[in-house]
Amino acid sequence: MAKTIDQHFDNLRGTRVWRSIFRSGTGGSTLKRALAIQQNVFLHLFSTKVRTRMMSFSATWYLGTLTLGTFFILVATGIPLMFYYHPSVPQAYADTKDLQFVVSSGLFLRNLHRWSAHAMVFLVFAHMFKVFYRGAYRAPREFNWVIGVILLLMTLLLSYTGYLLPWDQLAYWAITVGSNIASAVPVMGKKIHFLLLGGNAVNANALLRFYVLHCMILPLAAMFFVAIHFWRIRKDGGLYSHDSEPATLRGRTDTGAPLRKEGQ
Amino acid sequence: MTDEAKKADEVNRRQFFLKLGLGSLSIAAAGTAAFAYQYLDPNVLYEPSPVVNAGKPDRYLLGSVTIDVNSGIYIVHSDEGYFSLSAVCTHLGCMTAWKPELNMIACPCHGSKFEQDGKKIEGPAPKPLPWKRVWLNDDGDLMVDRSTDVPPLARDSFVRV
Repeated sequence: MAKTIDQHFDNLRGTRVWRSIFRSGTGGSTLKRALAIQQNVFLHLFSTKVRTRMMSFSATWYLGTLTLGTFFILVATGIPLMFYYHPSVPQAYADTKDLQFVVSSGLFLRNLHRWSAHAMVFLVFAHMFKVFYRGAYRAPREFNWVIGVILLLMTLLLSYTGYLLPWDQLAYWAITVGSNIASAVPVMGKKIHFLLLGGNAVNANALLRFYVLHCMILPLAAMFFVAIHFWRIRKDGGLYSHDSEPATLRGRTDTGAPLRKEGQ
Repeated sequence: MTDEAKKADEVNRRQFFLKLGLGSLSIAAAGTAAFAYQYLDPNVLYEPSPVVNAGKPDRYLLGSVTIDVNSGIYIVHSDEGYFSLSAVCTHLGCMTAWKPELNMIACPCHGSKFEQDGKKIEGPAPKPLPWKRVWLNDDGDLMVDRSTDVPPLARDSFVRV
């Protein structure tokens, strides 16, 4: 008797090699399916059970998923750009020009990186407005709003540090002005300015520092906070929607009374 | 000593070692923070010298305001003598420009305006453009020290040839 594809896949999942990697094995029972999530290093951060509504496609996913999408594009295009770019004063501008006019697909990658960066800043703000106007920042999601503010800051800093890297007039003066704003901080402003630039003026040290911040420190920090942000969404019962809230909470919000009382 | 007291004593000893461990870790963390701060604070800078040679004074005609964009200074030849102004806007560090048709120094970034002796005409710049120390070297070249501010319009702030 001919086997269906599903049966072949089931057989594969029953093999010793498969079981040594994925552990959970065959079977469609709730337990087996829960184990498949729980025993996977990438999926175990998520709840083992979620509402079907959360897995279904929605029009915008609060725009946060789109923002994550642009972040992935930025990582995927940024790493190839690093193969041709030297963060040094004599080479940075020439490398940027090379990427545009000499390197195969360099123009495409650079433009994709640039447009995605603009899109990400726009989407982060759009996401923030959506969360604000839908009231999705309210209990129990207050802490995720705080993480979101940190991520907004990360996005702006990534955008700002990336702005210097082409090392053209626009970049140079934007960073001169921007870093002088930092020196307006009371007492330690001058020191912050000096440490940020690694000197008194936008120069070789500043370019290198901004490069390291842009390509290493800020993306890693952003990934760290994105992980917390998404983990919290799942733990707080998924993306906010009025219908998904428990009836008691819904009743309260309709009357405009406090969302949550002690012990709830 | 009763057994009970002994027991309490043992717990205290454990807590003592716990505190000792956490204390040393905190000291090590503080040391690492200090180390990181010092590491990120450069000791040697490979920046251009603050002292600029502006050439022979007779290059600058009487009444002229001349910018050197590379060093960010103006050389002004006024009736009282030569003096030097910083060309870096006191607002956010943009390079200002001398506008002969308006007889003023203007900043392209946010529109601050200054007179040719650095006095502020219009914000957002919070301060006037600072005067820099000028002198003649042994070859008779006009020298400017960008790192030293001098009082505006003071007798010693001019060079007379």
